[in-house]
Amino acid sequence: LLIATLGACGDDDEASDSGTAAGDDGGVELTMWTRAGTEAQSQALVDAYNESHENQVELTIYPNEEYPAKIASAAGADALPDIFTSDVVFAPNYVDQNLWQDITEQFEGLEFHEDVAPSHVSAATSDDAVYAVPHTIDASVMFYNKDLYTQAGLDPEAPPETLEEFASQARTIRQAVGGDTYGTYFGGNCGGCLVFTFWPSVWADGNEVMNAEGSESTIEEAAGVFEIYRALYDEGVASPGSKDEGGPTWLGALQTGKIGIAPGPSAWLQLLDDEGLDIGVSAIPGVEGGSSTFVGGDVAGISATTDQTDAAWDFLSWTLSEDAQVEVLAKNGDVISRTDLASNKYASEDERILTINEVVGRGVTPFALRFNESYNDPQSPWVETLRGALFGDDPAGALHDGAESITESLNS
Amino acid sequence: VLGWVYAGPLAVMVGLFFVLPLVLVVWMSLHDWPLLGERTLNAPDNFTAAADNDLLRDATVFTLRYTVIVTVVLFGVAMGLALLVQHSRAGVGLFRTAFFLPAAVGFATASLLFLGLLSNEIGPVNDTLERLGLIDEPVSWTTENPGLALASTVGLVTWRFAGFNMLILLVGLQSIPVELYEAARVDGAGRWQTFRRITLPLMRSTIALVLILMVTGSLLAFDQFFIVTRGGPDNSTTSVVMVIYREAFTRFDLGSAAAISVLALVFLVVLNIAQLAVLRRRSDA
Repeated sequence: LLIATLGACGDDDEASDSGTAAGDDGGVELTMWTRAGTEAQSQALVDAYNESHENQVELTIYPNEEYPAKIASAAGADALPDIFTSDVVFAPNYVDQNLWQDITEQFEGLEFHEDVAPSHVSAATSDDAVYAVPHTIDASVMFYNKDLYTQAGLDPEAPPETLEEFASQARTIRQAVGGDTYGTYFGGNCGGCLVFTFWPSVWADGNEVMNAEGSESTIEEAAGVFEIYRALYDEGVASPGSKDEGGPTWLGALQTGKIGIAPGPSAWLQLLDDEGLDIGVSAIPGVEGGSSTFVGGDVAGISATTDQTDAAWDFLSWTLSEDAQVEVLAKNGDVISRTDLASNKYASEDERILTINEVVGRGVTPFALRFNESYNDPQSPWVETLRGALFGDDPAGALHDGAESITESLNS
Repeated sequence: VLGWVYAGPLAVMVGLFFVLPLVLVVWMSLHDWPLLGERTLNAPDNFTAAADNDLLRDATVFTLRYTVIVTVVLFGVAMGLALLVQHSRAGVGLFRTAFFLPAAVGFATASLLFLGLLSNEIGPVNDTLERLGLIDEPVSWTTENPGLALASTVGLVTWRFAGFNMLILLVGLQSIPVELYEAARVDGAGRWQTFRRITLPLMRSTIALVLILMVTGSLLAFDQFFIVTRGGPDNSTTSVVMVIYREAFTRFDLGSAAAISVLALVFLVVLNIAQLAVLRRRSDA
């Protein structure tokens, strides 16, 4: 206890500098789980924290597809780590299952709490109580390969402003370059991928995929978006692999440099740059124009079963501090979770990051209590719907039946 | 007292690792059982919900169909291999080892191996077949259509388990006294007659064991579908255990998962009793 108190005193100055509410940096060993999708950001945050603090966080990373099951089985066995993250769209369900502690008081003790990504905070809020804070932000954007644009005679500085234009640019690339180079690519067997990349086009057109309460599907309003992607696949402009893509090889396909333009997670920008590709970033447009994005990413909370609450909060509050947001996340080219730090010194260095930050401001984080089982799970009604709408004989019927079965799943 | 001492450790193990979990599952199946927090008795809601579950109904039909196909294919291949390598000849050890070798690979690992081999993006199968001129364009082995996805998993299961079942059948074959075959030959029996009148009847208990292992294993199939086909395309290869997994770990409804498990268990017990009864009666005759 003495050591813990001393440690906390020793760090008091630092804590007040960054405006964090009381945490405990007393040399505690903390365990933390996250998923592979946001591994780079989590690892960078943990490394920086461990270097500058007495507490040490041990991070364990699980494959995306297995992560929700891992959380569920650990919760059932009373074996959750001190801190765990969740895909922001699954957060309402974890809150509902009481897997995180109520951290309203600590969170509201942060001077800047009103500037913390509102879409993420509200996903982790229930009855005015906050259960988790933003951990990483990942928005869907269009990635286009500037070299292929040049080769195909397109202007590499003129990304599409409507989904129709996107389709015609993809066709031009397929026709002009050909061979094993394709116009576009999408996860045609992956519920989570299409939620993330197709829905922004629906929103950009002023349509909705479901109601605000997350209890009724209106997926028929996505018909126009599906029609465009369906045609691209039929014509052989989208890579044939699009039909099989269940998620695991999505990034790999974009990294080959043989895809003209495709929507994907902004967090992959660095990974595409690392392959030596000249990648441009633009917002995902609607069929008629406009643009939007799916503001995804992860939130992190303190598990309901840990007794190291103060030490865990010390870490979480630090991840929201200016040190972590600017010097760790922004420096790495990641989207940050605080609106008051948006125009930091690193963001203005890369206009693509500015594009991403700008689109996040107009983006949407959809809410549904039963998100995973309705949309992400391979056996979800959404996967059946999207496959019918993209590859089936009766796309309109698939969307009509889909709206019904998704609504049923949302209310089960 | 000494008897209890001898039986004690086993009784404790069985109680701890079999009876207790079994009782717990039945208990769970009668409750609304969330991950954390209050559990409330709701019997028989979990069971009536299972009866109304469309996904479970389709999965049951598929699992039964899969079981029949796998059992026939796997038994045929395993028996064929066992007959091929039953006699000691030069080099037979090499073949026995080669046939058995896949059994040394973990099943989840084998599933991932097949997923990689069959992948359009990274696998060599499509390239090889294209170069040999057997296919004109890449085939999506795991998602193109339900038949192909099923065939891919049957291929995987046969590759992984044929050697193991061959070994069991081989033991059965070799326990038949050579004198019986000699006597049959003296009596002028042909190859087929010897196989039908001597090999098969004396192999009954071994065959019963192998069939029960195959049927039970197939009804509880999970890894191959979870990893290779993800239950697709369009839920066509979703097995019963995948539905249980979805109830528990995606829908967080542990009571419902337990209820389906109980139903699967009852079905398996009844089936095994019937199987044993049929095979025993025949061997008594």
